[in-house]
Amino acid sequence: MRETTASPVGFTTKSDDKMAEKESILVVKNLTKHFKTSFGTVHAVDNIEFDVRFGETFGLVGESGSGKTTTGYMIMGVYTPTSGRIVFKGQDISVHVVKRPKSIKKDMSIVFQDPASSLNPSKTIKEIVGLPLKVHGLVKDNVELNKGVEELLEAVELPPERFMDTLPGDLGGGEKQAVAIARAIATHPSFVVLDEPTSALDVSVQAKVIKTLMKLQQELKLSYLFITHDLSLMRNVASRVAIMYLGKIYEYAPAHLFFHNPVHPYTKMLLSSVPVLTDEEETSKPRDVKSTGEVSSAINPPPGCRFHPRCPFATTICKVKEPEFVMIEPEHYVACHL
Amino acid sequence: MNKARLLRIIRLSKIIQSRRLEFAKRMWYRFSRSKLSLVGLVMAIVSILTALLAPWIAPHPEDVTKITHFERKFQLPSLEYPLGTDDYGRDIFSRTIFGFQYSLMMAAVVLVLVVPVGVILGLIAGTRKGLIETVIMRVADIFIAVPALVLALAICSVLTPSVFNAMMAVSLMWWPWYTRLTYHIASSLKNEYFVQAAELIGASSFHIMFREILPNCLGSILTKVTLDVGWVILIGSSLSFVGLGAQPPTPDLGTMVAGGGQYMPDFWWVSIFPAVAIAFIIMGFNLLGDGVRDMFTE
Amino acid sequence: MTEQLLEIKNLYVGYKTYRGTSKVLNGVHLSVNTGEKVGLIGESGCGKTTTMKTILRILPANAVIQNGEIYFRGKDIQRMGKNELNELRRTYIAMIFQDPTAALNPVFKIETQLADVIKSSHAHESRTEELNAKCIRLLKEVALPDPERVLDSYPFQLSGGMRQRVCIAMALATPRYLLIADEPTTNLDVTIQDQVLHLIKDIVEKRKLSVILISHALGTVRGFVDKVCAMYAGEIFEVAETEKLFSDPLHPYTKGLLESTPRLTGGFSEGIGGRVPDYINPPLGCRFHPRCNYSLSICKKEKPPFIDIEGNHSVACWLYNKK
Repeated sequence: MRETTASPVGFTTKSDDKMAEKESILVVKNLTKHFKTSFGTVHAVDNIEFDVRFGETFGLVGESGSGKTTTGYMIMGVYTPTSGRIVFKGQDISVHVVKRPKSIKKDMSIVFQDPASSLNPSKTIKEIVGLPLKVHGLVKDNVELNKGVEELLEAVELPPERFMDTLPGDLGGGEKQAVAIARAIATHPSFVVLDEPTSALDVSVQAKVIKTLMKLQQELKLSYLFITHDLSLMRNVASRVAIMYLGKIYEYAPAHLFFHNPVHPYTKMLLSSVPVLTDEEETSKPRDVKSTGEVSSAINPPPGCRFHPRCPFATTICKVKEPEFVMIEPEHYVACHL
Repeated sequence: MNKARLLRIIRLSKIIQSRRLEFAKRMWYRFSRSKLSLVGLVMAIVSILTALLAPWIAPHPEDVTKITHFERKFQLPSLEYPLGTDDYGRDIFSRTIFGFQYSLMMAAVVLVLVVPVGVILGLIAGTRKGLIETVIMRVADIFIAVPALVLALAICSVLTPSVFNAMMAVSLMWWPWYTRLTYHIASSLKNEYFVQAAELIGASSFHIMFREILPNCLGSILTKVTLDVGWVILIGSSLSFVGLGAQPPTPDLGTMVAGGGQYMPDFWWVSIFPAVAIAFIIMGFNLLGDGVRDMFTE
Repeated sequence: MTEQLLEIKNLYVGYKTYRGTSKVLNGVHLSVNTGEKVGLIGESGCGKTTTMKTILRILPANAVIQNGEIYFRGKDIQRMGKNELNELRRTYIAMIFQDPTAALNPVFKIETQLADVIKSSHAHESRTEELNAKCIRLLKEVALPDPERVLDSYPFQLSGGMRQRVCIAMALATPRYLLIADEPTTNLDVTIQDQVLHLIKDIVEKRKLSVILISHALGTVRGFVDKVCAMYAGEIFEVAETEKLFSDPLHPYTKGLLESTPRLTGGFSEGIGGRVPDYINPPLGCRFHPRCNYSLSICKKEKPPFIDIEGNHSVACWLYNKK
């Protein structure tokens, strides 16, 4: 069922801009990032747009090279966008983090993928978690600092007496990530980017970390941008999902539609490759697309639809023209010529 | 402050103590894995103690001054003069002990000057890219390009030879190595997630340089400092050997070796014992340096 | 007739550290028959890699084998001399590691590395054309497109999936009996994971190899192996046929593990509380008891023995072993 061509963020005119910004904490429009390297220009992210609404978990799914991490880093300000806009709570923040006002830095934070290298190995947990408190002047002296850190560690279920003065090297992966989360929520931000927060963790620890994240989201009314390649995990955390391939978004839908009614061939390919445990899940996977080929290089992306070299349904137009977004059902958009 | 709070603080400080102890134990285990490192530690401690306690353990402390006892010259090692006497009749043992003091003092002064300057420049170059980085590193390159000893010789021969000038010359050619070392570590650490996290939180550059990156460089820096003690002493002794450092009658080990050279091989003990002393100090600190490096490796 | 290819009996292995000697493997029993595919699942730090390294005797210097034997085709591996051991590593047992980038030497072309492997076991076949032909055949077998180009490349010019395929080709360069795959697809993208797993499956079936497939992701072993061993804290706690283990897990740890895995259709649980034990001072009795919701008083005191529940489903747990 196809309806009017519309941009996935739901607005096409300037007046809709204002309306969308009221319910969205973060809006990304025409966001592009090209890196110049000695091999050529890497088209990491090309002209994507989406929004994250207050209090929701927005999922960004894709494999390596899809540009999802680059997108997260641009939102945080680690990279400056080549073009496009990032609007946070109505304010344009499309600049590098050093140029951003301190109040923005206080309001947004990130949890990195690798817990081991996201914590300074020569600093104690207290120093690591206490840093944001000190930088933003949230504590006046050492006593308040201790108290603040204790509260944060308790919030992520790490007993402070055991963990305050340890070094990261003595912690397990899940505990390190819990510390990273404690650090991320230290300034009571309203928005957190979660870049593959559990990819490096075992499954039993992952469950605990995810539960902690969900609990914190409820308590502190956080909005999350959840980046991962693990679809089973995404199913359980995100309310809306967008799938990226080679720098572009190809499908965009609320979670249950994304998984039950996937439309784009790449989405189907990804879903069909997920290793699952039960027959029930096995039968829910799409049958008509099997995974083939390798992910192309982002340096010279294929013309037209970037997925066409691997797509079993590719036609001549796919090789030439980039597809535009079409609305399948409310809130469900797909960019594909089919 | 109520009782519960007080108890909590006491318990926390006990935990801190035990963690520090834990840390020390781990470092010691890594250090002592190699027997040679322990030997080096002993040798280094002996050298340092000798240097510190020189005035009290030297049997003839007056022999380091302009005094002469020509009637006792060239005596073989004996109980009275354990290492014999030199061409001026002075007790070599006492002079060697004071020689330890001079050499180690020189090493200490040079390193205290060179390390902070070199490390800070390296940190700045490593964390701030662009013009500053280029300027600092190219200047360091220039100093490294000139052969160390040649530079020191050149400087010393232009200025009046003295211990002070020798130390200045050595310092001038030594600092770039620390800059390079710190620069390389800082550059690679700059891309680590924890540095980015600090940046994103909004920490100042000062904080990032000194509180995030520097602690992770300390291992390599400390290892280098320990090994450098030996090198500085060697270079310093070489300068004295050719007459450009300490002047007689200063009991510098290099000067002593030089002074006794002409009496070889008849009165061998005048040169040999100071030379052995130099070798002892350098060997000790080298072995110690290996151990320090092991401390920072798993 | 199925012959027992590999048998690990009562293996105890530890590592020397500054706090003392750790006791990591706590009596591991594992057997693989000819033509059998065995999955070893367990989370990081449970000792799976240690076990595999002990088989091939590539443990680090501070490792101590405290007890136990490993038999390969009836011969005790610990007692093997240098020549026998080399033969074991070259021709009988092959290993594929988790990180293909680390397993390949970055300064040599693929051609050199592949040829080295072939030459090491067939010293007489050193003529270049024959070698080259053999290399190309191997690369075709692992479904690498354009084998000549791959041979002429350096590892950094290939993608992760291609590197892993090269590693598989290297592992299969000589006829083998047993393939040990240590998390072969964990570092790869999901769609590539699927392809590489299918590839390994095809090759194993074609060559009738026995396999030990190690993973911490449960879904990876499903649909591939005949039986699964669940490992925790240096012990194997449950062994069962694949489908049986996933549909009817007995041990609380296996149950917890399955429950914590997020479902594609929605839903997953709390995870397993607590952390992996300190191997210097491991818990007495059953090593899982501090984290177990169903622990009994005997669990704290005595280590549960491994018993058969119903043909081919064994578990080491006091819940199923009323004394």
